[in-house]
Amino acid sequence: MKSGQIQISEVAVAADLDAPFAAAEIAAEGLKPEEYDEIVRRLGRHPNRAELGMFGVMWSEHCCYKNSRPLLKQFPTTGDRILVGPGENAGVVDVGDGLRLAFKIESHNHPSAVEPFQGAATGVGGILRDIFTMGARPIAILNSLRFGNLEDARTRRLLGGVVAGISHYGNCVGVPTVGGEVYFDPAYSGNPLVNAMAMGLMETPEIVKSGAIGVGNPVLYVGSTTGRDGMGGASFASAELSDASMDDRPAVQVGDPFLEKSLIEACLEAFKTGAVVAAQDMGAAGITCSTSEMAAKGGVGIECDLDRIPVRETGMVPYEYLLSESQERMLFVAQKGREQELIDIFERWGLQAVVAGQVIAEPIVRILFQGKVAAEIPATALADNTPIYHHELLAEPPDYAQLAWRWSEAELPPATVTGIALSGKTQTWTEVLLTLLDVPSIASKRWVYRQYDHQVQNNTVMLPGGADAAIIRLRPQVVDSPVGDSVDSSKTSTNHTRGVAATVDCNARYVYLHPYEGAKAAVAEAARNLSCVGAEPLAVTDNLNFGSPEKPIGYWQLAEACRGLAEACRELSTPVTGGNVSLYNETLDSNGNPQAIYPTPVVGMVGLVNDLSKVCGQAWQQEGDRIYLLGQPLGTGSPQVTLGGSEYLATLHGTIAGMPPQVDFALEKAVQAVCRNGIAQGWIRSAHDCAEGGLAIALAESCISGNRGAAITLPFNSTDANLPQRWDTLLFGEGGGRIVVSVAPDQTPAWETYLQAELGTNWQSLGTVRSVGGSLQLLTADNLELINARMDEVCDRWDNAIERRMSMT
Amino acid sequence: MKFGVIVFPGSNCDRDVAMVVQDILQQPTRMVWHEESDISDLDVVIIPGGFSYGDYLRCGAIARFSPALQATLQHAEQGKFVLGICNGFQVLTETGLLPGALMRNRDLHFVCDRVPLRVERNDLPWTQNYEQGQVITLPIAHGEGNYYADPATLEALERDRQVLFRYCTPSGETTAAGNPNGSLNNIAGICNQRGNVMGMMPHPERASDPMLGCTDGLHLFKGLLLANESRQLVHS
Repeated sequence: MKSGQIQISEVAVAADLDAPFAAAEIAAEGLKPEEYDEIVRRLGRHPNRAELGMFGVMWSEHCCYKNSRPLLKQFPTTGDRILVGPGENAGVVDVGDGLRLAFKIESHNHPSAVEPFQGAATGVGGILRDIFTMGARPIAILNSLRFGNLEDARTRRLLGGVVAGISHYGNCVGVPTVGGEVYFDPAYSGNPLVNAMAMGLMETPEIVKSGAIGVGNPVLYVGSTTGRDGMGGASFASAELSDASMDDRPAVQVGDPFLEKSLIEACLEAFKTGAVVAAQDMGAAGITCSTSEMAAKGGVGIECDLDRIPVRETGMVPYEYLLSESQERMLFVAQKGREQELIDIFERWGLQAVVAGQVIAEPIVRILFQGKVAAEIPATALADNTPIYHHELLAEPPDYAQLAWRWSEAELPPATVTGIALSGKTQTWTEVLLTLLDVPSIASKRWVYRQYDHQVQNNTVMLPGGADAAIIRLRPQVVDSPVGDSVDSSKTSTNHTRGVAATVDCNARYVYLHPYEGAKAAVAEAARNLSCVGAEPLAVTDNLNFGSPEKPIGYWQLAEACRGLAEACRELSTPVTGGNVSLYNETLDSNGNPQAIYPTPVVGMVGLVNDLSKVCGQAWQQEGDRIYLLGQPLGTGSPQVTLGGSEYLATLHGTIAGMPPQVDFALEKAVQAVCRNGIAQGWIRSAHDCAEGGLAIALAESCISGNRGAAITLPFNSTDANLPQRWDTLLFGEGGGRIVVSVAPDQTPAWETYLQAELGTNWQSLGTVRSVGGSLQLLTADNLELINARMDEVCDRWDNAIERRMSMT
Repeated sequence: MKFGVIVFPGSNCDRDVAMVVQDILQQPTRMVWHEESDISDLDVVIIPGGFSYGDYLRCGAIARFSPALQATLQHAEQGKFVLGICNGFQVLTETGLLPGALMRNRDLHFVCDRVPLRVERNDLPWTQNYEQGQVITLPIAHGEGNYYADPATLEALERDRQVLFRYCTPSGETTAAGNPNGSLNNIAGICNQRGNVMGMMPHPERASDPMLGCTDGLHLFKGLLLANESRQLVHS
């Protein structure tokens, strides 16, 4: 059953017959029998109940990455701009002008499956705490969501709940939700994915780290009270979901965004006093995780007295204190003698703040309760020197992949200039285009982002739906209180011309079909999306959402995707600064058979915008502008441009197969550089990458955003007997590092000279932007119509696809 | 002209408003902590958007009891300017400085969007920089912006021309199609009878910075400055 080998048990200690726990009790903490033996070996005795619980959460995949750590090691993590890499609460990059950006992505998949509103809300709360724990003010949230089919009432309930939860929390804390992605696929029916990414601008001179320092320094507990909510959430998140998971609802935490807003302000104020030497938020595994990680990182110990912890319930036992995941709590190590100064700040914001313990020399976590030692564990045993499982990689790709790769376009019915016969009826390419625009994964996400406050903080330069990436102005928000009468004119907003662009991307169908190529494509797409708004890609935070690594196929997907991510991040010079691993994303069907999700390594990427006056959206700007395709020219694409793994193949032919598009890094980098420079030079007036649905959908989306049509001519004759690609591949094929841009007519000579020099043959002139309300027309070289779609029809399909389904009852 | 921005623990548009009046309009500005009660130095009090004390009970229901709001009542009584934006509008209706109430949006969702508004009158400091009947675009972001008042109050509001902004279609029709939240009479912003207290759900401060693409809201703040220069005083 197990493909993994446990590396840690050099000395096997057989579980004593007189072990104080039944096998079922050990399993209930998420621990395997051999892990229990290892705990006994490390402690030299049996753990008590509280200690067993602490090991259970800290040795979960969620906290210690026991299955993924060897794979994560291959990621590039350093670079000129990287100030803080993996291992802290968030990564930090230098964005110039003395500005430093903290950012991180995190999943809240299992809680959202069970309780979508609170699950998603606390996911937002958790990722924000990771940001402001570092001393950064959160400036933006993005999210990456995946659900089952929207025709299913349960999916609609999940989507409605998740969006309302994100809206509830993000809007109230006053951090704009500026971008993201939403996909719908039956693969996520029982196990939706909710990944939230946050960014923050450092407000403190020093980046606040989490390693405890200074024996004798007081340990402060701040924020909210501790209750029995969210018990053992980390273990819950590291197991498969089943029908019985609904009984785990107490493992889902309940968030209070108002309290978090106050916590942000109080923490930033506290950090600025210089009296805080280390800070760690209490997320997964609460007090257990924060005490042991702070101690282990600092090479010291922490003693914590549970009797001093402010509680919201009575009669709690140590096990409950230690495993509670009550939200909006933090642990500080403060300078000795400055406790009161900090406590006063928190009390002014109406928050709890107490000295709950101290830093000790002995490297242990010692928990006191009612005057006795309730738990005592070496800090590194919990947080550092944790188990690692090495799994064996399949020698051959699994059958499902090999079978999928054997698919070829020859299996499709013939495609003509007119269209394609499907189930005995000819569908025109215009009809196919409209069908694809109505696919919820492609269609407008307005129903979703309209519920998020995306403008609070007054720095949102690019609104959701307007471009391939979000753009936020980088503007310090330090307001002295009170400001007084003097006005410092150097502080005007117009002086801040730098921005950050951000995106989250993953085409999981590609990753399912070929984890290595699919993962590379996800990184390339993220970088391309940033380039399309004129931003230089800087760094990555990744969220690895996979099935069980204990199954050969699950581990193969994880290992191959990590290999692809590592290679792509090296190629594109975007180091990984941290992220999150969410495994066991599987649901058991009623027969008890596990169904894994598509392997989904979500790539969150940030990029630098040097000059906010030189950015670009996806909308056509002006009638008569010339339209160009950058990247693989039409007809010469394979294997970079293909119908393999495409949305067209899935939606129109009901087929999930083929080899997904492969990234050509040299071309990818050249195209992206040309796009960024074209925007900086002021040549490019709109840019949009070709993603799901290929060229035709990219053109349609630029039409919709710009409310203008386009006249496009493909460079092939209808009579051409040796057409290099099928018509459907030309129109809807995906991949190729391609970007559709528009350029003002008087700029085209300089622009084309530049293109010729930089891209050689890897660009094409496609056509012209039409008037407001004009149609989207694609012709063959001999003027036969492939597509002629009226804008009102195009907009209706694309605008209302999700809304229409959500209003079904 | 001296501006004060009230800061509740859950305010989240306080800095946005301060940026506009202090940085863009270069006016002396200070933040007013909700526990403060001396605001006699201020010419204009702005109650910003956000969630005052979490608003779990009812938007603005607790905020009205804060010392800063009690001081604002006196400030308003002296004929000085009070502007409530979004949550600030909700707080003003709770205090009774403005009539009516703001209920859950018609479709029960939070709505963040840019919407057209019709300027109903331009003979007050708030709107003197707009044309009468002009259609402007301002951002909205609220879950409870559905304006309600009983028939008699509504009639009085209309009779006394206290409605300053109405939601409308891009061409200026105040129809249901142009109403994003179900507000009665498409009401987006109103003032008191005296004209010195104004509340609105849309966010003028989010449409004041040229770098963000829209400046339709800046004229509202500029109108106040103009009133100050010409010593325009509001008396009943």
